[in-house]
Amino acid sequence: MEFLTDIVLLTDSTLRIAAPLILAALAGLCAERAGIVDIGLEGKMLGAAFAAASAAAITASAWAGLAAGILFSVALALLHGYVSINQRGNQIVSGMAINIMVAGLAPLLAIAWFSRGGQTPFLDSSMRFTEITLPFADVLQDVPFLGAIYSDLISGHNLLTYVAFAAVPVVAWVLYKTRFGLRLRAVGENPEAVDTAGISVTLLRYQAMIIAGILCGISGSALSTALGAGFIRDMSAGKGFLALAAMIFGKWKPVPTLLACLLFAFVDALQGRLQGVSLPLIGEIPVQFTIMLPYVLTVIILAGFVGKMEAPKASGIPYEKDR
Amino acid sequence: MTTAPAIETKDLCKRFGAVQANDNISLFVEQGTVHGIVGENGAGKSTLLKMLFGFYQPNSGDLIVNGQKLDLDSPSDAMAAGIAMVHQHFMLVEPFTVLENIILGAEGQGMLDHAKTDARAKLLGLEQQFGFDLPLDTPVSQLSVGERQRVEILKALFRGADILILDEPTAVLTPQECDQLFELVRLLKSRGKTILFVTHKLHEIMAITDAVTVIRAGKVITRVATSDTSPENLAEAMVGAKISRAVERAGQEHGAPRLRVDGVSAQSDLGHTALKNISFELFDGEVLGVAGVAGNGQTELLDVLTGLRPVSDGTVTLGQELVNSNEAMTDPIELRRAGLAHIAEDRLKTGVVADMSATENSILGYQREPDFSENGLLKLSAINDAAHSYFESQDVRPRDPSLAVASFSGGNQQKLVIARELARDPQTLIIGQPTRGVDIGAVTKIHDQITELRNTGKAVLVVSADLDELMAISDRIIVMCEGEITGTVDIQDADERTIGLMMAGAHAEATTEGAGL
Repeated sequence: MEFLTDIVLLTDSTLRIAAPLILAALAGLCAERAGIVDIGLEGKMLGAAFAAASAAAITASAWAGLAAGILFSVALALLHGYVSINQRGNQIVSGMAINIMVAGLAPLLAIAWFSRGGQTPFLDSSMRFTEITLPFADVLQDVPFLGAIYSDLISGHNLLTYVAFAAVPVVAWVLYKTRFGLRLRAVGENPEAVDTAGISVTLLRYQAMIIAGILCGISGSALSTALGAGFIRDMSAGKGFLALAAMIFGKWKPVPTLLACLLFAFVDALQGRLQGVSLPLIGEIPVQFTIMLPYVLTVIILAGFVGKMEAPKASGIPYEKDR
Repeated sequence: MTTAPAIETKDLCKRFGAVQANDNISLFVEQGTVHGIVGENGAGKSTLLKMLFGFYQPNSGDLIVNGQKLDLDSPSDAMAAGIAMVHQHFMLVEPFTVLENIILGAEGQGMLDHAKTDARAKLLGLEQQFGFDLPLDTPVSQLSVGERQRVEILKALFRGADILILDEPTAVLTPQECDQLFELVRLLKSRGKTILFVTHKLHEIMAITDAVTVIRAGKVITRVATSDTSPENLAEAMVGAKISRAVERAGQEHGAPRLRVDGVSAQSDLGHTALKNISFELFDGEVLGVAGVAGNGQTELLDVLTGLRPVSDGTVTLGQELVNSNEAMTDPIELRRAGLAHIAEDRLKTGVVADMSATENSILGYQREPDFSENGLLKLSAINDAAHSYFESQDVRPRDPSLAVASFSGGNQQKLVIARELARDPQTLIIGQPTRGVDIGAVTKIHDQITELRNTGKAVLVVSADLDELMAISDRIIVMCEGEITGTVDIQDADERTIGLMMAGAHAEATTEGAGL
């Protein structure tokens, strides 16, 4: 019974940790399938986290926070779009510039506005997305096994976590079942084919960037107004890059990307559980090492242990009409 | 009653910066005909086509389609006017299925499943009407080049095109696929479609078109009914001067074997088997042509012969010297010193460094030789002299070796490479695609030089995707398909049909039997 509780707890934190990863990875997926490499996921997440926490603190509304997070992230996405699409700039440089800019800008504004050493004020539960208890969770609690899974695992997450999991089938549906998705995938493979078919490459890519901005905005908002209770300096802690890795590991496809995010999140949850626990034979692992686990896993995976990964062909290459 | 012409242009002009790409182009294409447009590379054909389907907008002049003056602001405008273009480089999304590629941009509705169902019904009708048999649910990446071209044509028909522009449609096809294409073009014409057929191969113009417009240096030189002209007249109009081969092949017997390839197998970059048990000899005093559809092992063969790719089996020997075996491979530098020069197939990838000056490029591969460097320092004046003499000997233009190679035309880049590789009077010459991206005037000169080398007893191996070229300069032709040699023919017995069958994989015995039937 104790073992089952352990598993449920571990899985529960896996789902919670996975949520922002999934949203950011889907954002990267939409951008790259449209042919734009988005290494600025990290910056957009952090920026959204800051904007959401600030707005929530000022207005005392989690929803206003979410809106601010999305707006800021979309603005950054459009900036990246302008550099990559109109100016045909280097997308890696542009993305990296966004990351560095936000890493400095967010704490700077936080100090200027709230004078708390780069943090935003603590958000109490009325200003956050709190746990939602699904119907019948209390009643079913005592049903053996299934009750525990429903009440403890599926029920009791914040709204944005549910949004993250719902976003996977929605993105998959848009990509594979709609005209827009067909064009989006086409523009990431062969923009010239799209252009000669009479569709605007520029417009399509901007649309993709806006979608990426929205998803990243929700992801960042989740960090500061759902999982945490306020913005802390560097709170995205490389999750944007982890999401990028998960997207590559997931071969630019929604469901495999979800699975990759879950794997990363699971390792992260596991490292949390391992802290201070004495393992048989090994003993206690220093916390510095356990914290490394998700990143070590990323390196191992991306070093090619998972076989050949083919990116969308036009990804990262600015489209020029006259070659 | 006379119908309005399908396409008429009046004094169409297009400038790019200082370059007048199209200068008062007036074109006249009658309804339901096949109209040829010929011109050399860089004559302005592509610019004209791109204006006809709305990709570029003219600076001045009128475009009249079916009697109506139109301003085409985008390809979708052209499509709405019934004009569609089949590009030389196909505009297809490789991972997509045939069906998805065809509906892209013409889906009709937001939900893909419905759009596909509707399109499928319409396509089946079109396929029957025009005799297509394309697998609609197969990814385009799995189709042959010929099939991809048919996808492009079907795509145009699906969009309701009445005027089809085919840009160099045969450049990538085997002779058999060309025949199929010609059949399709004739069928399209019989169903009332108008076709603009753009090419620089004159025999195609003679075979398929009703009328032809010749373009040179951005201007229309002449427009004639095909039945009133000849390939010679067209060639003259294209180049502006009579083309004549200055050097005739001397009727000599070939000399001793120079390069011997014995049972060679090798792998491609992706680790697939690219060459399977290849054996042949190259003799002094002959030009050996290697024919085949691109990507059937020719690139790997060139690499193996020039010490750039290890073999997995077999040996390559140059005279008494071992070039390549599964135990050892001779360095390209050593091979050059041993008298084997290499004019690379992919000029910009392996032949020159495009961003560096022509002077620097003129010693590329020879920079270690004592006449160009000593103790790690370059002998700049010697290098300058060499570059100038190369420019002189091959008539490279503009006559300024300090310019970056990228600023020269393809033909002039090739001249520089040829001058460099011939400078040390090599006994053996390996050439990949000698005239790719080279204009007609320069082509003749390059062919003449190859013939001259042969006449003076050198051994020359030429890999080319252009069968006409190989027929013109080779003594023997070996044909490759899927990494194997499917046949060797002496030039006096060579005909395009047989070689075409070999290119498609039929072995020599089978094709001679087939020809006998």
